[in-house]
Amino acid sequence: MTRMMDASHPSEADGMSALVAEQAERLFDRLATREVLAAADRGEWQGDLWTAVEEAGLPLALLSEEAGGVGLDPVGAIGLVRLAARHAAPVPLGETMIAAALWGEALEGPATLAAASAPDGHGRLTRLAFGRNAGHALVHVGGDRLALVPLAGASLTHDRSLANEPRDGLELSGLPADAIREVPGIGEDGLAPHGALIRAAQMSGAMERALDMSVAYANDRVQFGRPIAKFQAIQQMLAEAAGHVAAASAIVDMAAEAWGTPDLAFAAGLAKSRAGEAAGRVAAIAHQVHAAMGFTHEHSLHFLTRRMWSWREEFGAETWWEERIGRQVCAAGGEALWPAIVDITAAGARA
Amino acid sequence: MQAFRFAGARLPAEAETARAEVRAFLRKDREVGGWEPHRTTWTSFDADFSARAGAAGFIATGFPKEFGGKGAPMLVRFAIAEEMLAAGAPCGAHWVAERQSGPQILRHGSDRAKAEILPRIAAGECFFGIGMSEPGSGSDLAAVRTRATRDGDGWRINGSKIWTSNAHRAHYLIALVRTGPAGESRHAGLTQFVIDLSKPGLTTRPIHDLAGNHEFNEVFFDDYYVPDDMRVGGEGDGWSMVTAELAFERAGPDRYLSDIRLLVSLIDEVGGSPDRMEAAEIGRMTAHLAGLRRMSASVSSMLDGGASPITQAALVKDVGTGFERMVPEVSRRIRRTEPGPDAPGDYAQSLAETVLRAPSFTLRGGTQEILRGMIARGLGLR
Repeated sequence: MTRMMDASHPSEADGMSALVAEQAERLFDRLATREVLAAADRGEWQGDLWTAVEEAGLPLALLSEEAGGVGLDPVGAIGLVRLAARHAAPVPLGETMIAAALWGEALEGPATLAAASAPDGHGRLTRLAFGRNAGHALVHVGGDRLALVPLAGASLTHDRSLANEPRDGLELSGLPADAIREVPGIGEDGLAPHGALIRAAQMSGAMERALDMSVAYANDRVQFGRPIAKFQAIQQMLAEAAGHVAAASAIVDMAAEAWGTPDLAFAAGLAKSRAGEAAGRVAAIAHQVHAAMGFTHEHSLHFLTRRMWSWREEFGAETWWEERIGRQVCAAGGEALWPAIVDITAAGARA
Repeated sequence: MQAFRFAGARLPAEAETARAEVRAFLRKDREVGGWEPHRTTWTSFDADFSARAGAAGFIATGFPKEFGGKGAPMLVRFAIAEEMLAAGAPCGAHWVAERQSGPQILRHGSDRAKAEILPRIAAGECFFGIGMSEPGSGSDLAAVRTRATRDGDGWRINGSKIWTSNAHRAHYLIALVRTGPAGESRHAGLTQFVIDLSKPGLTTRPIHDLAGNHEFNEVFFDDYYVPDDMRVGGEGDGWSMVTAELAFERAGPDRYLSDIRLLVSLIDEVGGSPDRMEAAEIGRMTAHLAGLRRMSASVSSMLDGGASPITQAALVKDVGTGFERMVPEVSRRIRRTEPGPDAPGDYAQSLAETVLRAPSFTLRGGTQEILRGMIARGLGLR
């Protein structure tokens, strides 16, 4: 969990992030095609896409250089998760990136994160993203302890998300001691904050793209003799969506900056709440603008919106995090609110 | 692709130093001035508070030293301003002068205007109103009809301005008036002047708001004489200056912190053991607040760096004022306390103040609909 960004050379770190992001954008643009998304929608694992993602080193973005990773700054690394989601890429990039960074080494194949804890390696893991395709699941087993559970040959129960991505279950009945490591800073929150961070980032990316598509469609679609973009009703809706997209993007960056700090749970919770609320509104507006055409399977909008609707529930829906944040805020008292907001939103405060 | 990025703003160390200083100042000043944070906001006019804040060096820190400032970066002002708002300080007397009138005079004013006015703004002794709207020119600002005509080495102004906050107790306005034909764009022929409210040729009529407060006025110009060195910017440059000014005005912390004190008193009203609904609603508002603070700081940082993020600024105001409208409504959902201007308890009073002010949040400085039109333009829809 080392923060690799050297605060004295932020521009160097930014430049590196930009370079990797550019490369990733080209990769997803080329490989996350409609055909790939449609095949994934039928339940087919997109191994070629994953191999390309792996060869580009993207899952190692958050792992430190000493441990064999890329060591991007967290905002840049989480930015890759957002970027993949812009393309609705049906691979567990965020999960694998987080697992490698927390486990402290590169992992074989894709990995997944268990949302709930399995105390001492016992309990039922549910809704593991891409569980049947992943090599390992990272699981919180209590305290600061994480376990890396091999999934090859494991007997998984199969389920799926609203976007037909695998969400699988596994019964754990004890783990060998060498599958468990102490990872300082994890604590009783387990992996919920980490999962919330990547889901928030994914929602941010998907809603950016949904907004882009909606703007393009509104400019293209002619009714009553002019593009519907010329109607104020459409303009006002899309402007509202842009506000949600902007807020989600800003708060996801904020949460990414809290990576590796004790503030992660609070920041990731804020991000999951705000991005989740935004995702609901932006998906609704995107569909309203696209009208009946966007409701068809033939159109590509649903690759994004069905994911957004799944992601907002995973690793704690808005209300779950809001309740938790609200309890913290109330316990601290009214006067503590503003100083806490300043501290959590200050860029680079922890660098 | 239209992704409006809000890069993380790194506030300079001097901004954080100023933040600590102004927090300490406000803690003490609250006892000195006896102001009540749950009832006061950036529209509460309190000349004594402004004088104390000016004397302590917390107003117009960005002005050059020769004009009473400290030559500090814009982000220092940002930190001081957000702390004043968060503390519920009654900073309404100097707010407009510091936020927009002073900076306009600094950039575009004559030597005399700068020398006479700016040091008094920085001292917290000189207050401004905004002379943009007219009875026939609200959202459609280009429809301004108040006219200035040449008279010797000055100008004569005839017409009227409306919704002029504090005209009855401020020292100056900056008025946007017509000095030439509107042209095809409708944006030509507009010029700005500093109007000295103590001079003859002006009549001020109070307009009480729905709660009975007297902040607004209508100001009538009857052959009002203004010397040419009180012109701000070039003849005909008014439109571009006003749009630039509005961009500065839009993304500031006053666009999402207007009712922060209601949220603070709500949290205390709820207490340390909220029920599930109270906790969730307060958590949700906290998330909105965090996103907005991040966005606002980011835009201020972009402006400081010389960029003009017009769409981002409009986004901050649209989302920010929407949040401001949400706070009293959500508060009502989770507490049964009825709002009462004279009811016991900070929360009931704060709720009363806020419910009665809330309609103005999404009107002032450009309605939400006008802003969304600008955002739509930024998105490429118009």
